[in-house]
Amino acid sequence: MATMRTPIESGVPDNKQYLHPLMARNYGNWKYHDRPRPGVLHHVAHSGDQIWTVRAGTQRQMDLFTIRKLCDIADTYADGHVRFTIRSNIEYMVSDPTRVEPLIEALTTNGFPVGGTGNSVSAIAHTQGWLHCDIPGTDASGAVKALMDELHEEFIKEEMPNRVHLSTSCCEINCGGQADIAIIVQHTKPPKINHDLVANMCERPTVVARCPVAAIRPAMVNGKPSLEIDESKCMCCGACYPPCPPMQINDPENSKLAIWVGGKNSNARGKPTFMKMVASGLPNNAPRWPEVSAMVKKILTTYKADARSWERMADWIDRIGWPAFFEKCDLPFTKYLIDDWRGSRASLNASTHIRF
Amino acid sequence: MSKKQHDTPMLDQLESGPWPSFVTGLKRLAKDSEYMTDLMGQLEHSYKTRKGYWKGGTVGVFGYGGGVIPRFSEVAEMFPASKEFHTLRIQPPAGMHYNTDVLRKMCDIWEKHGSGLIAFHGQSGDIMFQGASTANVQGAFDELNELGFDLGGAGPAVRTSMSCVGAARCEQSCYDEARAHRQVLNTFLDDMHRPALPYKFKFKFSGCPNDCMNSIQRADMAVIGTWRDNIRTDEALARKWFDKHGMTELVNDVVSRCPTKAIMLKESKDVCRGAKISSVAVSDTNSLEIDNGNCVRCMHCINVMTGALGTGVDKGVTILMGGKRTLKIGDLMGTVVVPFLPMKTDEDYEALVEIGQKSIDFFAENALEHERTGEMIERIGLINFLEGIGLEIDPSMVSTPRTNPYVRTDGWDDEVAKINARKAAA
Ligand code: HEM
Ligand code: SF4
Ligand code: SF4
Ligand code: SF4
Ligand code: SF4
Repeated sequence: MATMRTPIESGVPDNKQYLHPLMARNYGNWKYHDRPRPGVLHHVAHSGDQIWTVRAGTQRQMDLFTIRKLCDIADTYADGHVRFTIRSNIEYMVSDPTRVEPLIEALTTNGFPVGGTGNSVSAIAHTQGWLHCDIPGTDASGAVKALMDELHEEFIKEEMPNRVHLSTSCCEINCGGQADIAIIVQHTKPPKINHDLVANMCERPTVVARCPVAAIRPAMVNGKPSLEIDESKCMCCGACYPPCPPMQINDPENSKLAIWVGGKNSNARGKPTFMKMVASGLPNNAPRWPEVSAMVKKILTTYKADARSWERMADWIDRIGWPAFFEKCDLPFTKYLIDDWRGSRASLNASTHIRF
Repeated sequence: MSKKQHDTPMLDQLESGPWPSFVTGLKRLAKDSEYMTDLMGQLEHSYKTRKGYWKGGTVGVFGYGGGVIPRFSEVAEMFPASKEFHTLRIQPPAGMHYNTDVLRKMCDIWEKHGSGLIAFHGQSGDIMFQGASTANVQGAFDELNELGFDLGGAGPAVRTSMSCVGAARCEQSCYDEARAHRQVLNTFLDDMHRPALPYKFKFKFSGCPNDCMNSIQRADMAVIGTWRDNIRTDEALARKWFDKHGMTELVNDVVSRCPTKAIMLKESKDVCRGAKISSVAVSDTNSLEIDNGNCVRCMHCINVMTGALGTGVDKGVTILMGGKRTLKIGDLMGTVVVPFLPMKTDEDYEALVEIGQKSIDFFAENALEHERTGEMIERIGLINFLEGIGLEIDPSMVSTPRTNPYVRTDGWDDEVAKINARKAAA
């Protein structure tokens, strides 16, 4: 029996104790920055102080050896301070420019690619997958590793028209988030119900309420209270699974991957946008998901070649129009890409604006 | 240890290639740990059969109701050592700054009590200490807690928050994100640690409209820095930028990309003067002129000409409510509920906390079970939400006024009187 220790409800730790001293000194007083080379940021404060940041990719799910190695590098070259970015890159800050090259060298030789700044393809935000979630249709760390191997060059260079953010999610709930390109697992068949278990395991009213399209009804099956699905309504979201695991949604054959593009959270130029689905039905082909990598790369190379400087994926598509996007990326536009959910008419073309 | 490693032909393929491999990390841990050996076995089994094998359950630490994500294996007969593989969600310091001393201490704790696998960070911002047995969860938490860290949120609770690097190193920062993050979140620890809300509630803090924390799409309450006065300029840096980039880029990448056409390129002698005009010479003949009354603070020109153009000095935040991901009615973007809240004094930070408090109280009382703030707002209408938390309406809250006529307006005259009275008092 563990001791009954009352927790110290300390909440968010004060980050002042961890800040690089030069950053603490110039807190709120930065003037501008530039990027001397990909992976390196150079910030100048109003005081005239300068700091160089070296950014490197990590595998996010790290073992102790990796974290201690990153710490060794920080102790040798960066006065023992680091921070992480929202995309699980690590950043080392140094006040002495002569340390930048040795730091890059140390990171690179230890297998941490330096990049992810400016107009690069940064590391992929991702979810839990088979390593830890209870409803994943696929793995996330593996799909990300496989894809980042392919995109490594675009991570260490800044050759895209604007920054590119990617994310992957291992089910349609999409913990992964909005991105310029997102890869999301999609179930394509309604859940299979194990009726013997429903009565014991599921709070049936909760499950019925959870379905976004009201496809679930209570039913008696083999004399026991269970649930039934109106399969013509079900759009296979899997939301019924967490409160009712006997409604098995995962399916090794029919879980497919879909690609979404044009999400952007920044307010720069246009308002933030949601990403849109442009392809589906890609096979869940572990461990390297080659079909997914090929399609993502095709979209990226088309964007790289066709977009103008500063156009994010969304800005580019806005300029050239969706028909051209599908044409140039060699993607079939199927009827499933025309929205039929609530509010869908807002996504239809209510004008004669058509490019020929 | 003597335990034989499972064959992992599929995972092995994820060791090649230039990107750092989590599989190599897992293998290193598995060398001395039966726990991780079996974890790898189960993961390989998932790769082979294309199915996940974890199920939830209940595991927690004494005194708290959430923050630990329990995982029990459904294939424990094949991989018995890793049959329990729970995750502790631990709140990061604002801006995710660390020193190596604290990271090493975290590693030591997780070596002793856990699997040795740590994710920096999850999509909500937690440090995820992945993989502890039920018996070890309390010990791991106790030591992390003594080190100054606390559990984050899970379940129907206030969730862990994130803030950008902001004031610590970014010239675009319009408030003290770390302070706001800490002050707001630490007010709601009870709602984080003892989940009793209708569903999750997330705060995120970005220092400017670049919104590096993606708060607008993912936070129930997004706090985004902005400014009210004029864009600042620096002629030396503007000239330097122009020397390097030239007229074509100035026109195509700066002037013509302004969404509201607030920027004009002029001959310096023709530049207008006025309270809302900023201008800066880029050469001996040409200047940029910005009509700040028509600038929507989108950040584009400031991002392109960093230092030459900068955010203003009358800084504060815009607050948007109701952003969320997919379940249940689809993705929702946050909606402006406070166009501008200054962030200068202690009282301003308290006012921010108070808006958070009122929102959570209203959410707790009015949302249906498993309904996010954005869905509640859609169901009851923005006006009911604003009145519920005591915020005044503002035309900046809409893209357009209503386009459908299905509305009763019998209170119109009273509303006009109220608004006129408010204007007169201002
Ligand atoms: C059932 C098992 C689930 C697991 C294991 C799971 C796991 C996770 C994890 C580990 C994170 C990152 C957490 C962190 O950083 O602290 C996350 C984030 C998230 N989860 Fe889940 N999740 C589950 C269900 C759901 C459901 C049902 C929803 C939506 C209804 C959901 C929506 C999200 C969203 C939107 C995020 C991203 C949050 C953000 O950007 O702030 N998840 N999830
Ligand atoms: S995206 Fe789905 S499967 Fe993946 S972690 Fe989130 S809830 Fe789990
Ligand atoms: S998978 Fe989704 S749509 Fe289908 S029954 Fe379950 S909750 Fe409803
Ligand atoms: S959100 Fe703005 S202030 Fe914060 S890090 Fe990004 S650019 Fe800087
Ligand atoms: S910040 Fe203002 S002036 Fe600059 S591009 Fe955006 S809207 Fe135009």
